[in-house]
Amino acid sequence: MNITLKNLTRYYGKVLAVDHINLEVRHGQILGFLGPNGAGKTTTMKMITSYLAPSSGQVLIGDINVEENPDEARRHIGYLPENNPLYQDMFVVDFLDYMAALADVPRGEINRRRDEMIEVCGLHGVRHKRIAHLSKGYQQRVGLAQALIHDPEILILDEPTTGLDPRQIIEIRELIKQIGREKTVLLSSHILAEVEATCDRVVIINKGRLIADGTAADLRMQLSKGERYRIQVANRKIEEVEHDLKKLPNLQSYKVLDAQQNVILLQGRRDVEFAKDIFNFAVQQGWILTLLSPEQTKLEDIFIQLTSEN
Amino acid sequence: MNKVMTIANKELNIFLDSLSGYVILVLFLGITGFFTWLSANNIIFVGQADLMPFFSVAFWTLFFFVPALTMRSFAEEQNSGTLEILLTHPVSFSQIVVGKFIGDTLLILIALAFTLIYYLTVALIGPIDHGATISGYIGLIFISLAYISIGIYASSLTRNQIVAFLIAIGIGIFFQFIFQILASISSGSLSELFDFLSFNYHYQNFARGVIEIKSVLYLLTITILALSLAVVNLNSRRYK
Repeated sequence: MNITLKNLTRYYGKVLAVDHINLEVRHGQILGFLGPNGAGKTTTMKMITSYLAPSSGQVLIGDINVEENPDEARRHIGYLPENNPLYQDMFVVDFLDYMAALADVPRGEINRRRDEMIEVCGLHGVRHKRIAHLSKGYQQRVGLAQALIHDPEILILDEPTTGLDPRQIIEIRELIKQIGREKTVLLSSHILAEVEATCDRVVIINKGRLIADGTAADLRMQLSKGERYRIQVANRKIEEVEHDLKKLPNLQSYKVLDAQQNVILLQGRRDVEFAKDIFNFAVQQGWILTLLSPEQTKLEDIFIQLTSEN
Repeated sequence: MNKVMTIANKELNIFLDSLSGYVILVLFLGITGFFTWLSANNIIFVGQADLMPFFSVAFWTLFFFVPALTMRSFAEEQNSGTLEILLTHPVSFSQIVVGKFIGDTLLILIALAFTLIYYLTVALIGPIDHGATISGYIGLIFISLAYISIGIYASSLTRNQIVAFLIAIGIGIFFQFIFQILASISSGSLSELFDFLSFNYHYQNFARGVIEIKSVLYLLTITILALSLAVVNLNSRRYK
């Protein structure tokens, strides 16, 4: 089941929070929704789950319009809201049963589904505990179990790993990946590593607008200026190297990283095979290269660059 | 209907699973018990086998205790964010409001059921007017329904339970005595109107053994009105 957003817009009073977003998330995709705090991620998710009404535009779940037929849409959506709100006074088992009943799981199926969720989310040891007495990691699992209990085709997860320790983060990510294979998952985060680790596709949102869309690798390609290489020349002085570099084809800019060791960072132009150029040039100049290694543009750099441009 | 009862059941269980439900129950029974049996105007002092002292104190205790019970219903859900998981399930606003209303009503019914002990005790002491007692209880139940729905509405307005409690008391105070005072200082049809708006006026009838259709309808109207306002208010949150 796909999620389709058409010109989705939301104002809070006069403040524009989400600005004409168009987006389609396909079945089997894990889409990472990335943006700085206050970019409109949570507002968009609240509109998809019909907690908030859009100011204009539409949300379609499959071909169900969320505003026209909210109950039908909600049956297909599992939602883990920001900060994972839970009924702290309830017992894990009771809470899951309650959520299952509200989500239209048939009465006869509730026990089976709940036990399945306890299994999948690793809640076995805590099933008869009060939610308030669980650690944050376990609470997050309960939140996920709640979102999954009616076996929804669509999963909306708003910052699912906030506040967890590194080991718990890895566990939750693995769980999401495993679940995400048969579902459409929309996951928001302001942590890039998270999105890179879990998602097939990344969408960057800033000030309510979509500003980039693609796989993490795509985004790097699209948005970095060109390939970058770190080189080290063993048999020349740094001044000589700098002098000769002016003749290197397709070089956009360079930066001396270490003048003693002759380590230089070269920035190539876009859409060229810059590594070959460097190699051929080195041969021609008689340089002994002791280092020629590609430098990855970090997604962080792209993110900061994009969100500060807008 | 199924989901309404699911919600009602959960609400009731939260009370019965936690200390707060019992604190409210014990306080309610303690206060009504004290004024019925031990205080200056108690049943024994009056010297008649009737429950009039109980009914007048119960009327006042409900005025305070119902808001204490209902204040958490939506305020807590808004404060903790659980309203978001509730409202993103295939459940309508009215199902949620009515579910919570039924849950709270059941707890009040349990509290009132405990006071039947007073009734049985008095009935053993002397000849009691069974008709008036039964209609008095019916009156208490209808007054409770109105206060519960006012409390639920108040709770839907804020994320702070104390504020919800105060709003409920603030609205309740009109029905509890401001209308009555206005009736006593005005005259003619205006006075009659204020009298009719006051819960006390209707309650007196119930306590004397008179069940008037107009009283029942009036209290039910207040109940339905307040519950509808809560639904409208929850729905309007989606557009804020």
